[in-house]
Order: sequence, then structure tokens, then C-alpha cells
Amino acid sequence: MEIKISETMIEQLIKTPEIKLNKQDSILRIKNLNVYAGNHHILKNINLEIPKNKITVLLGPSGCGKTTLLKSINKLTDLYLELKVSGQIYIENDDILNTIKNIPLIRQKMGLLSQKPYPLPVSIYKNVAYGIKLKGIKDKKLIDYNVEKKLREVGLWNEVKDRLNYSADNLSIGQQQRLCLARGLAVKPLIILADEPTSSLDPVSSKIIDNLFRELKKHYTIILVTHILRQAQRLADNIVFMNYGEIIEQGNPDEVFKNTKTSHMKEYMVEGN
Amino acid sequence: MKKRKIVEEIIFRILTGIASYSLIVILCLIIIIIFIKGFNALSLDMIIKTPKGGYYYGGEGGVLNAIVGSLYIAFGATLIAILIGMPAALYINVHLVRYRRTQNTIRYFIDALWGIPSIVYGAFGFTLMLFLGMSASLLAGIITVALLITPIVIRTFDEVLSTIPKGLHEASLALGSTRAEMAFKVMFKQGFSGFITAVLLAFGRGIGDAASVLFTAGYTDLVPTNLDEPAATLPLAIFFQLGSPIPEVRERAYASAAILTIIILISSLTARFFSQKYSKSNLK
Repeated sequence: MEIKISETMIEQLIKTPEIKLNKQDSILRIKNLNVYAGNHHILKNINLEIPKNKITVLLGPSGCGKTTLLKSINKLTDLYLELKVSGQIYIENDDILNTIKNIPLIRQKMGLLSQKPYPLPVSIYKNVAYGIKLKGIKDKKLIDYNVEKKLREVGLWNEVKDRLNYSADNLSIGQQQRLCLARGLAVKPLIILADEPTSSLDPVSSKIIDNLFRELKKHYTIILVTHILRQAQRLADNIVFMNYGEIIEQGNPDEVFKNTKTSHMKEYMVEGN
Repeated sequence: MKKRKIVEEIIFRILTGIASYSLIVILCLIIIIIFIKGFNALSLDMIIKTPKGGYYYGGEGGVLNAIVGSLYIAFGATLIAILIGMPAALYINVHLVRYRRTQNTIRYFIDALWGIPSIVYGAFGFTLMLFLGMSASLLAGIITVALLITPIVIRTFDEVLSTIPKGLHEASLALGSTRAEMAFKVMFKQGFSGFITAVLLAFGRGIGDAASVLFTAGYTDLVPTNLDEPAATLPLAIFFQLGSPIPEVRERAYASAAILTIIILISSLTARFFSQKYSKSNLK
């Protein structure tokens, strides 16, 4: 039997492993994302791949579109009528912007940590149990087990184990932020979206969160929005620098920080340091 | 210049202080006058007996008919107002959160409803009653008062819900809540003390209003046992007794007013107790 190998087949053979590798490496792909608020073009043709089990830092000055990009990823842009979103965002090969799938289920693939902690108006225990129950788990022992596990993951268990039934409002702001992280982890997300999570915290609490992120990236992919250059330098495995709604530099932090190409980022680095 | 600022500060403090404390003085005066004027007529009979023959000429009896009638109407109307008002306020703040303009239009209409005088509600209730072929009854009274107080429940609860930060909306949606789960498990709990205030305000307005029940609930010396029977109310009992030329009957009007005030104070204290017990920082 004779096998004919054409040029295109060879090309495909060479290309296929590369495509597969890409898909395995990146957990989230954003293609041609544009966001408008009225006539204002907030995000301009964003194309981005987020590597799995890494910390990707979205860095840039205030108002550059970092938070909007984060909100687009878990469709919280739906809450704002004025925002018009177009493009594609693929998570596990699902285009979540143009899907007919259940949006709450898509959102559970991501845990959100906002600038200020917003604990739910219930006890510490119920804050963590909330997401677990939403997943349909009703067994009390299983919920108890998961609540403890997630509170341990964020290093809060020993601080709150004797007051699980107290209102989450009574915790310090740093503890509240960790509680919100535990609550987000309880829905077993693939990605953690963190929007300047340490901006309202004291240096000690900030350091705890930073260290947690280093641990958590073993199991989760983290997208961290920050305008603090030092935090980006400490944590990032992948840097995305944004300015006026555009990605102007991205890549490995060693490359990006050492061989900064654009004047905007150079200026930002000078001011930031 | 510095001295002028100090004088300004003192004058401002005195004026604002007078404005605040004068309200407390007025409330105390109202309560004292009612109790002094009605003191002689206040007796156990007033609250456990219905009017007997010749009551309105100084004969034996009490205003149990009006107390029970008022409580029935106020509780019934408040229940209806909660059933309509709570979902409406949640809808405005959960589902319409993107649609500012629609939100404001709805709020404008509800404010307009709140501003309509209760006698107009009474007249509307009366027309509605005739249209449905009903006679003056407990049910007609409950429906009319419910119309009067539903806007109060909606707008008061809405005011509290609208102050809930958008971050909490986002946090609960990000966890994978549906909007209904967010409304009842997060927003309702967060705004619970405001909800209690809304219910209390509505109950107080409902139990104290005379004009809306004048044509719709009617008046009777009997305690109503059925929704289609007429029902007496305390505001109308006060009104009828106060118009009497006989001093003892007028005293009974003040005694009835005292009873009404006590009911409102009790409901206010109960609501305050529950709203503190279930306030956000005590929630378990």
C-alpha cells in the first residue's frame, strides 16, 4: 500500500502538537474583545491567553480598563446596561459571551475577590456554605467538611473556628477578605479573579493574601488586577500591561520589566518604583 | 472672625437642638393630654366590652368592637401590602438594576400613590366595592387600607435596598446565584431591618386612618366574625364619640385615642426589638 503525503498534511502534522499545547496551557482565551460605554471605547480589541496555574497580573494606571476586563470575564458586565460587549471569551472551549448556557454555572467557574470584601449578611459558616449549597450539596457533613477545608485553605480556620455562627461583619477587614476568598473557593472555581484585593487592607493582611495566592496557584489559575507595581513584581508569572483600554505589553515578567518597550510602561515603572 | 465662627456654631447648635427636642416634647404632650383627658374613662371595660344599649349617651360598654375591627383591618391590610410590596421592591432593585429609567419611572408612580390623600382611597374603595357588588365590610376595609399602605411598604423597603452596595450584588452573582436566590437570600436579609421599618410604618398608617375606612368598612357595635360583615375601627370610634355633646362620651373618645396610641407604641417597640435582633451584625 502506498501512502501519499501532501505538503498540507505535513504542515498539519507539524502544527497540530503546537495547537494542542496551546490549548492545554491556556485556560482562558480572549479574542477581539471590545467594550463600549455609550460612545466611550473602554476596551479596545483585547486578545489575550491566560496560562493555567499561573498568576497573570493585569497592571496599569487607574481607569485603563483592568476592572472592566475582569468583569467581562465573568459576565458581571451584564449588570450595567450602558456597557456593550462584543468579541469572544473562551473558557474550556465555551464562548461564554455568546453562549446559551446557564450563566450562574459559568460564573461558578470563577471566584471573584473584589477591592473591598463584601461578606453576605449571614454567619461566617453560612458565607462559605452558601456557594456549596448552590452547587446542590445538601449533606450536612459534607458541607461542614468543605467549610472547614476552605477556611483552612485561606488560613482562617483557627481564627474563626469558635465563632462560626457569628456574623461575618464582626471580622476584621483582612479576615473578611480571606472569608470572601474561602467563599469563592468553595464553589470549586477554575480561575480566581482578584480585583485589587489588597487595596483596602493593611500591609500585614496584604502580605497574607499575597502568600495565599502563591499557594493557591498550584490548584487554581489567578488573574490579579493591580496598580501596585511591587505587588506585580512579587507575584506575576505573566504580566499584562494596559493603558487606555489597550494591552500595550505582555509576557514573562523578567522580559517585560527588563526590556520594557513602550514609553507608557517605562514611565509607569519609574513612578511606581 | 474667629469669634464670629464660635457664635455661629453656638447658634446653629441651639437651633438644631430645639428642632430635634421639640418633636419629642410634642409627642409627650400628645400622649399626656390624651391620657389626662381620657383617664377617667380608661377602664378594663373599655377594652373587653362592646358598646351596650345607650353607650353613646353615656351608657355601659367599651370599644372592643373597634379595637378588634382595627386590628383585623390593619393586620389584613399589612399582610396584603407585604405580599405585594416586598416582591415589588425586590424586583425594582434586583431585576431592574440595569434599567435606571424604568426604575425611576416606577418610583415616581409609587411616590404619587403615596401622596394621594386617604379620603381619595376611601372614595376609590367605595366605587370598587359597589362595582364588585359588595357592601361595607371588613374585606372592603382591608382592601382599601391595603391600597393605601402598599406604596409605603414598597418605597420604604426600596429605599433601604437601593443603598445596598453593588459589590454585594456582584459578589452573590459571582458565586453563581440566580437573581431570585440573590433577592431572597442576600438582598432581603441585608435589608431586613429596613423591611421591618417599612412594615411598621404601614401598620401604623393603616390602623390610624379614618377616611379610608369611613365608607368601606362601615361601623358596627359588634365584633366582626366574618369578612363580609361590617367592622368598627378605632379612628371612627374616636370621631363619633368626640362629636358627642355628653362629657363622659367625649372622655371615652380620649380613652379610645389612648388605646390606639398604646397599640401603635407596642407595635413600634416590637418591630424595633425584632429589627435589632435580626440586624446584620446579629444574623446567624
